[in-house]
Amino acid sequence: MELHHSKHHTAYVNNLNNALLSHATAMNAGDIAAQIALQPLIKFNGGGHINHALFWENLVPSDSPDAKTEAAPSLTDEIAKTWGSFDSFKKAYSAALLSIQGSGWGWLVKDQAGRLRIVTTKDQDPVVGGEVPIIGVDMWEHAYYLQYLNGKAAYVENIFHVINWKTAEKRFLGTHDDLFASLRAML
Amino acid sequence: MSSTLLRTVPALRGALRAGAVVKPAAALASTSFVRGKATLPDLSYDYGALEPHISGKIMELHHKKHHQTYVSGLNSALEAIAEAESKGDFTKAASVAPLLNFHGGGHLNHSLFWENLAPASRDGGGEPDGALKKAITEDFGSFESFTKQMNTALAGIQGSGWAWLVKDKTSGTLGLVTRANQDPVAGSLAPLLGIDAWEHAYYLQYENRKAEYFQAIWNVINWKTVASRFEKA
Ligand SMILES: [Fe+2]
Ligand SMILES: [Fe+2]
Repeated sequence: MELHHSKHHTAYVNNLNNALLSHATAMNAGDIAAQIALQPLIKFNGGGHINHALFWENLVPSDSPDAKTEAAPSLTDEIAKTWGSFDSFKKAYSAALLSIQGSGWGWLVKDQAGRLRIVTTKDQDPVVGGEVPIIGVDMWEHAYYLQYLNGKAAYVENIFHVINWKTAEKRFLGTHDDLFASLRAML
Repeated sequence: MSSTLLRTVPALRGALRAGAVVKPAAALASTSFVRGKATLPDLSYDYGALEPHISGKIMELHHKKHHQTYVSGLNSALEAIAEAESKGDFTKAASVAPLLNFHGGGHLNHSLFWENLAPASRDGGGEPDGALKKAITEDFGSFESFTKQMNTALAGIQGSGWAWLVKDKTSGTLGLVTRANQDPVAGSLAPLLGIDAWEHAYYLQYENRKAEYFQAIWNVINWKTVASRFEKA
């Protein structure tokens, strides 16, 4: 957790600031080619920043009451409606996380029609299609390697013990704008 | 997929005779359409032989666990495709393509990687000579400039992937390419030298300081292997 937060997340923030600064310079100079060339860096580091900010918030120590699914009554109701049971949801989410090829993230999201979905994103691509990210799980090897080595299935199994269901409930009940407003306020 | 990496059944039997650890998979007996099985290649050096540049723990996990997963995944994908094919279910067969690409690429990439590494006390490190050196100087300016460009390419990979020194078979020109995840170098490009930029390749030793890993690995590059690939391509 320390390396992940103080080194990896910090690197995304620093690189994002640098890329945004270069972008502003290019914009002032009217250099469109340079602005376009900076897009992948902004997407990667901006995504890395947003994803990790969401991730830390949707984790909590396992002995907290917020780590119990009871902290998310409306969300767990909707999960049961969508997947039949919480267990089938957990199975589907775990399978999605484990099927990611390379680096990426697995998300429980609420789409614009209000339906729950499991989606995966590659590298640091953020969920920015209008969906509300409710829970994100980092599937980069840096997220688990020092503890679990190549045993990523154990990491996925154990992450369910430290999900912050209170945060998840709040995100589920809120809108996309609520979420990104609170992100802006935090950053 | 290179045919040398996909041993045929007789070769598998040979490997079994030679005492290699190969599971005589029940699937092989029960599914007549499986013609060959990929197997984990042996390394020509010990896991600890690349120290201090790459730790023995990393090498062991990387070879025994990660590469093995790609080998198993490739075999499963091939079996699934063969089974779908035998039933005429081409939609199903095509749907396995991403798994075939990922695990097949993982097997191929790692097989090439182990061979283009060597202990610093043996063939590892230093600089290439002869025709390869001449080509590198011509196409990159100098050897130093080549390693710098390769390290920049490695550092620029967003997520998991590989960087490769390649030879364009149509022109003979050398170039640098990166590939996401386990996408293999294919088509008109011949892979000469691959460096694994997945976090599992360095994290236990270098943590988030991947630039240090990219520096250190030059001490264990097997230029003999790279030169021989260059000549054959
Ligand atoms: Fe991360
Ligand atoms: Fe690897």
